[in-house]
Amino acid sequence: MAIKLIRKRPTGGGERLHRGGPLGSSARWQQKAASILAVIRRINYDPVLLFFLMLIAAIGLLAGYSASEQSVVWVEKSAFRFALAFLLMLAIAQIPQRFFFSIAPGLFGVVVLLLVAVYLFGDIGKGARRWLDLGFIRFQPAEILKLGMPMMLAWFLAKRPLPPRFLDVLLALVLIAVPTALIILQPDLGTAILVMMAGIFVLFFAGLSWWYVLAFVLAVSAAAPLMWFYVMHDYQKERVLTLFNPMADPLGAGYHTIQSMIAIGSGGIWGKGWLQGTQSHLNFLPEGTTDFILAVYAEEFGLMGLIILFSLYLAVIWRGLMIAANAESAAGRMLAAAISMTFLVYVFVNAGMVIGILPVVGVPLPLMSYGGTALVTIMIALGMLMSIRTQRSFLGHER
Amino acid sequence: MSMRHAWRSAQPVPLDDHGVDSRHVARQIFRRRILLAALIALVVFAILIWRAAFLQVDRHVHFSELAESNRTRTLVIPPERGRIFDDAGRVVADNIATFQVQITREDATNLKQELSLLQEALNLDDDTMSDLRERIRFGRSFDPMLVKSDLTPFEMAKIAQLQPWLPGVEIQSSLKRVYPYGQLLAHVVGYVGRINVADLKRINPDVYQGTQYIGKSGIERQYEDELHGTPGHKEVEVDALGRVVRVLNIVRPIAGKDIHLSLDVPLQGIAAAALGGFSGAVVVQDPRTGAIKAMVSRPSFDPNLFVDGISQKNYKALLDDPERPLFDRAMTATYPPGSTIKPVMALAGLQAGIIDPNKKFFAGPYFQIPGDEHHYRDWQKWGHGWVTLDDAITQSCDVYFYDLAFRLGIDKLHQFLTEFGLGTKTGIDLPGESAGLVPSREWKRKTKNQAWYPGETVIAGIGQGYMLSTILQLAQATSTLAESGKRFRPWLVKTNELAEPSIVMNHASYWSDVRHGMFDVVNGPKGTARRIAAPYLIAGKTGTAQVFTVAQNARYNAKALAQKLHDHALFIGFAPYDDPRVAVAVIAEHGGSGAGTTAPMARKIMDYALGYKAGAPVKIELTNHGD
Repeated sequence: MAIKLIRKRPTGGGERLHRGGPLGSSARWQQKAASILAVIRRINYDPVLLFFLMLIAAIGLLAGYSASEQSVVWVEKSAFRFALAFLLMLAIAQIPQRFFFSIAPGLFGVVVLLLVAVYLFGDIGKGARRWLDLGFIRFQPAEILKLGMPMMLAWFLAKRPLPPRFLDVLLALVLIAVPTALIILQPDLGTAILVMMAGIFVLFFAGLSWWYVLAFVLAVSAAAPLMWFYVMHDYQKERVLTLFNPMADPLGAGYHTIQSMIAIGSGGIWGKGWLQGTQSHLNFLPEGTTDFILAVYAEEFGLMGLIILFSLYLAVIWRGLMIAANAESAAGRMLAAAISMTFLVYVFVNAGMVIGILPVVGVPLPLMSYGGTALVTIMIALGMLMSIRTQRSFLGHER
Repeated sequence: MSMRHAWRSAQPVPLDDHGVDSRHVARQIFRRRILLAALIALVVFAILIWRAAFLQVDRHVHFSELAESNRTRTLVIPPERGRIFDDAGRVVADNIATFQVQITREDATNLKQELSLLQEALNLDDDTMSDLRERIRFGRSFDPMLVKSDLTPFEMAKIAQLQPWLPGVEIQSSLKRVYPYGQLLAHVVGYVGRINVADLKRINPDVYQGTQYIGKSGIERQYEDELHGTPGHKEVEVDALGRVVRVLNIVRPIAGKDIHLSLDVPLQGIAAAALGGFSGAVVVQDPRTGAIKAMVSRPSFDPNLFVDGISQKNYKALLDDPERPLFDRAMTATYPPGSTIKPVMALAGLQAGIIDPNKKFFAGPYFQIPGDEHHYRDWQKWGHGWVTLDDAITQSCDVYFYDLAFRLGIDKLHQFLTEFGLGTKTGIDLPGESAGLVPSREWKRKTKNQAWYPGETVIAGIGQGYMLSTILQLAQATSTLAESGKRFRPWLVKTNELAEPSIVMNHASYWSDVRHGMFDVVNGPKGTARRIAAPYLIAGKTGTAQVFTVAQNARYNAKALAQKLHDHALFIGFAPYDDPRVAVAVIAEHGGSGAGTTAPMARKIMDYALGYKAGAPVKIELTNHGD
């Protein structure tokens, strides 16, 4: 198994900065620099993960510059957001993982209550009741659950014997079902599925018996027709139908998919070249800087560009899974694995939509799409991943 | 193992029922699941790349084409329509620039304020403004919207002055077809109009993309292909909204060819004026070439009305006018040629050998078919007495030609007149020409399913009965007489194949026999048109076409008849006699007599055509005798 690859960070760095050098102001300066470096070295992060993430973000800026009609302002704003997001990730990475689990039940409870509140009093935007206005801030509680759910389940299952027993599985399913149902009622099928998936992943990594997995798959196949007839709204059905026949309504429901496929297909193997994409520059491609940025990228960088980008994503997920495999605590490894797989779901749902194999849903492409909330969520998750990776001795109480 | 690990190992380990470390089991399961998850991730990315490869490799060409057609549009640049000139280079159909103000929403900084400025400057009413606002609201933000067309110079100056306060407002010029001579050339030059459904069926829509006008009648229609020109096109890159982003390629249009007509505008004016208040037509031809120098149909209409779509009211007025101004009397209308056919009839008799030009014939007051009671009366109640062919033409002796036609027979008559170009289209380069009619047994059987009666041959001898011809045909026949058999297809625009087969007589003297008769019509002491005798030598023939059939025992009394029932007056003639340069055919509807009404008109026309400035004006008077 190739899982023991994570190197331990060198400890006690900084001595070599003391060697030699003239004394005086420059020496003092050097000392100062050394102490700063020492602080930096004590910062907890995963260089491998960071490296791949930064590469993806760089590609995102490149594609975004093109998609935003070469707006330097956009790139500056976007780079600033990325910088903040990376700082947030690093900040989260400094928090001991036990903290995440200690707040998990409270967070989960509060969010479920908020979801009920949204259901009762939420603001209606675009025909859906998603936002909660607290006077000073409007936010979507469901977004929090994308992380709250795996945190809660990991906390819940790690306290019990693993693999989970029947009763525990049942309880876990209730924990998943209640908020999922509330989110579906908003209605926000995309987020509901992501939240549910995050919970299921934790169950899966807890060592859920294959019989349960089989039962779940059967349940999903049985639920799909029921969802179609009783849960899904017309616009959601339309998106699914459009997927099978985008040409049925080329200027309406099928427009995004068709234009996106034209952009990608016309890119060919090597792409049209950076800033040379006609589909995006002439605005045929909607949402070029957000949900459909992958199409902009694929048009300009072609199949080779996609392979490179997908490899980077795969590397991130791979690294996440390795962190999970090496994590000491049961909760940590479950959370890390669930985060990695949720990341995969994000990429798959977005890329699948852009290349026309999944319906159009508002799921951003991590680190590429320009978007506030989603980026924050993803970076917090990645920060947790980095935190889990480091098993600090003084936090060694986890099981 | 680090210290940390050792410490961890010291922790108590919960055992399950079988005494196995359940944590260890869970971890094993977890590692297998992680491996599975990694595999799933691999498969997911494989699917994505497989799908991307399908789009980008297998379907690359298809999507490239779609992207290209998304991206580019071809805009047609209409060519400038060719102009039309008369023989002396006067423009008879022109393109003039008209100016219009338009406003583009996305370029306007303060739309509301600019609109009110425009309203004030151009004095636009509120309806126009609310319509404009609607169009701006629902139109695309980058499409210029028309505010006002046909700007006056004063309005243009106002807009120019306000320009700093009117960003997004611009003045655009476009070309408009204009006929400077208005009514004068309406039937010949014709007019253009907006392309309609009927036009779309006969044109190539690619060539007419972006074109406003198409020739509807006359020269404008006949030479549409030449006048229209070849459209250019502009290949442009557009964005998703259709806004032009940049121009990729331009092919300039090729302007339509200018058309030069044989017409002489002043002569046309003289001819139109000569008709006076009569409805009628004049065709003036150069017998030496077949060129049409004037072609008048009265009353006329203003072709400029049609250019940008005639209003319902105007059109109805034209259609309802009892004088039918849209009707072309020069070549679409057909009339009985009356006595003007006699010179041709004389040639037919000579060619057939049934008359001797010098032999005297006794012309009584009427002609009778042997064994028939019916009297075919002469216009002169008491007859003409002993007449030669020359006398018969000069005095327009009906009985002479009744006899001639009767002896010639309808078959030979039909054959000769047809050879002369009557009863068939002349082939002039104009649309809408009528063929006229030279009756025959076959024709009558076909159309009326009746046998031919000898009496019908008799009246055909003086150009009455079924016989019909256009004024254009009469002008061409006159030219043929002038040129002693040399024939040309009448034309307005010169081409190479204009000569028609000549008419060859058994004796060349037959031509001079007939032509001399025509000379005496004007210059002989008994000639019906002797009053138009000019210092140059005119040869001609008067004619009257019956509108109203006079009963057997009645007399035609012009005074007692309403103007509408008066005979049509005709005249054909050429001049100068010995070297003809002009051939004229005139009809004045209900004009009474050729001698009194149309012959003086022809004289005026010939005066001008031959450059003769008459000292004294020619008198026009109505008379009911003299033919």
